[in-house]
Order: sequence, then C-alpha cells, then structure tokens
Amino acid sequence: MTHAMDLPAWAAVLTALLVVLGAGLTLLGAIGTLQFGSFFERVHAPTLGTSWGTGAIVLASIVCFSALGLRPVVHELLIGVFITATTPVTLMLLARAALYRDRTEGDANVPPRSLLRSPGGSLSRDRSSDGPGESPSRDPQTPEVRPMTPI
Amino acid sequence: MTANILPWSVTAAQIMLVAAMGCYAYRVVRGPRAQDRVLCLDAMYVSAMLLALTVGIRTGSQVYFEAALILAVLGFVSSVALAKFLMRGEVIE
Repeated sequence: MTHAMDLPAWAAVLTALLVVLGAGLTLLGAIGTLQFGSFFERVHAPTLGTSWGTGAIVLASIVCFSALGLRPVVHELLIGVFITATTPVTLMLLARAALYRDRTEGDANVPPRSLLRSPGGSLSRDRSSDGPGESPSRDPQTPEVRPMTPI
Repeated sequence: MTANILPWSVTAAQIMLVAAMGCYAYRVVRGPRAQDRVLCLDAMYVSAMLLALTVGIRTGSQVYFEAALILAVLGFVSSVALAKFLMRGEVIE
C-alpha cells in the first residue's frame, strides 16, 4: 500500500475511522441475524450494514480518493444512493413473501388476512399488485378513507 | 504513525467484513426457512460489495469501484427475483 504515504494525515485518520465504523456496523448487523429469533426480527438486522455500514465505507472511499487525486471524487455516491434506494424494496418484497408463506401454512404467529381489510376489500384479492403505482387505488370520486380496523 | 493507521484499519475492517460474511453464510446454510436464506444472501452481497470497496481503498485503484457497483446491482436483482419466486412460485409470469 504505497499510496498511503501520499495521503495527508487528516485524510488517513478520517478514512481509517470511517472504514472501521462501517465494517463494525456491518458486523453488528451480521451478529444480529444470528441472535434474533424469528424472521421478522431478523429482517431488520442487515439494514445496519446497508445504511451506515455502506455510508461510512463509501464516505471513506470518497475521502481517500479525493485526497489522493486532489479533486473531489464523488462517483462512489452512486453506490450509496443505489443501496439506499434498493434495500427497502428488497426487504419489503421479502417480508411480504414470508408473510404470505406463513399465512399459507397457517402459522399462528402472523396476523391472519381477515384482520386487515382495506377499503373495498380489494387488497385481499389482488395480491400481485404490490407497487405503489399499481396498487388497488381507491376511486378518486369517493373521498371517504376508512382506516384499517380490526374486524 | 499516521502512515500506518490506514493499512491497519483497512485490514481490521476487512477482517470484520469477512466475519460478517461468515455469520451470513451460517444463516444461509442453517437458516430455518427459505426467506432467511434469501435475506442473508442479499446481505452477503452487500458485504462483498463493501469488501470490494475496502480492497479499492487498500490498493488505491478505481477498478474495484466498478466491481462494487456491479455487485450491488446483481445483489438487488437476484434478491428481488428470489423474493418473487418465494411469493409466486415463478419469476416471470
């Protein structure tokens, strides 16, 4: 690692701190997946690594290469934005799939479908349209929005 | 001292990231159900992406940034496809 000599001291210290912070958060999340008991608790644990684990290491890379090249290098932000945008999508799809599988098996630990009824009840039938763009939109003519109430 | 702090901390970070990948690999192998395996496979993709970034910091080359970007994209697409498969039983309908 010859380029470490070229780095100014503040950049080296900042990069070192950010790299260790990010990797430590990722390790904490990984240990969390081993410790939690159920899947719906476990799905929260890796987000430590995808939020500030990724953020800190991306910042460290930006600081390191900016100090080396003497100009701002910001294309690492692309990775940060991409991970931040895609992780909720992945985890929500996965949690819905897990909920569906648990309900299909009749698991008593997940709420049954009949407890949640959307206005019009269209949610229980149309399971494939999960995106916000094609969700079973209620009629814009009817302004009445009822909250989800347990029946 | 400041010349040595970066190699040591990057080495420590790489060890921590590999340990994290080991934890996820344990869940992938021993996970009680399929959704645990898919979740930890996605997290392993993210850890491998971070590992590529730290290797890039260590070597000072920009090549690893592109590898990390490709890893991030592949991890997202594969996890979405696997989640879709778990839910519907098929990927493309």
